[in-house]
Amino acid sequence: MAPFDPISAAIGGALIGLAATMLMLVTGRIAGISGILGDLIDLAGGDRLWRLAFIAGLIAAPLAIAASGAPLRAPTMPGWIVIVIAGLLVGFGTRLGSGCTSGHGICGIARLSPRSIAATMTFMAVAMLVVAFTRHAL
Amino acid sequence: MPIFFALFCGFTFGAGLVISGMTDTARVLGFLDVLAIPKDGWDPTLAIVMAAALVVSIPGFWLAKRRERPILAGLAAWPTRTDLDRPLIVGAALFGAGWGLVGLCPGPAIANLATLSPPVLLFVVAMIAGMGAHDLWQRAQRSAALPAASDG
Repeated sequence: MAPFDPISAAIGGALIGLAATMLMLVTGRIAGISGILGDLIDLAGGDRLWRLAFIAGLIAAPLAIAASGAPLRAPTMPGWIVIVIAGLLVGFGTRLGSGCTSGHGICGIARLSPRSIAATMTFMAVAMLVVAFTRHAL
Repeated sequence: MPIFFALFCGFTFGAGLVISGMTDTARVLGFLDVLAIPKDGWDPTLAIVMAAALVVSIPGFWLAKRRERPILAGLAAWPTRTDLDRPLIVGAALFGAGWGLVGLCPGPAIANLATLSPPVLLFVVAMIAGMGAHDLWQRAQRSAALPAASDG
């Protein structure tokens, strides 16, 4: 892993905040990725076109950055059983809890929603517990 | 026009994830590994990313809230609930467990599809299956809660 780079972290974070702000200011939508994806696959969900466009942009960005010369590296992933369990938990949990890191963590906290603050504290704490267990207890 | 704008916002969001290092599972897990703080092996990146995002989005959302309506839409879809209920906390806990196992949340998982990595694809398929399972379960619960009119 590359060393800690606070400048890139701050620039990238500001872009994420900017994207969420622009989507709200211009289209009136919350940039919550689990909501955008979840409503896209929900048979009862409407308004699919803008959701699909947002997802397409999300996938196009790493490709554009790779085209400008930086290497496009696949992330380190665990074995397939852990991947499947984790994927199911993330999918089910974000729908049940109405949001993920972006919807609750960025947009929800930005509008000072008590639900989003509680959700963010919960998923952060549980994720830290899980990592403490898998890295230090196993 | 709003479609192109949504594409542009998705692109900006994805670029932010890549530039900040949040598509790198090792970095995310390095932040979540709080037991590494006393051993000097902790990665504070995610905290900086979130702080920088909020520095922009808090005034941005404040501005958006003052407007009567969005620039290119009739109505803003502001969430209205303020109560803390069980599904919110249980859902967030389940999500946190999955996030801690792999280091991928929905945004970085989708952005990482660009790498064509089979394990990432498997994660996204499982994530979509989890979302679908939730929707089916909700629908079954709703129809079970309705008075049994059709059953006579």
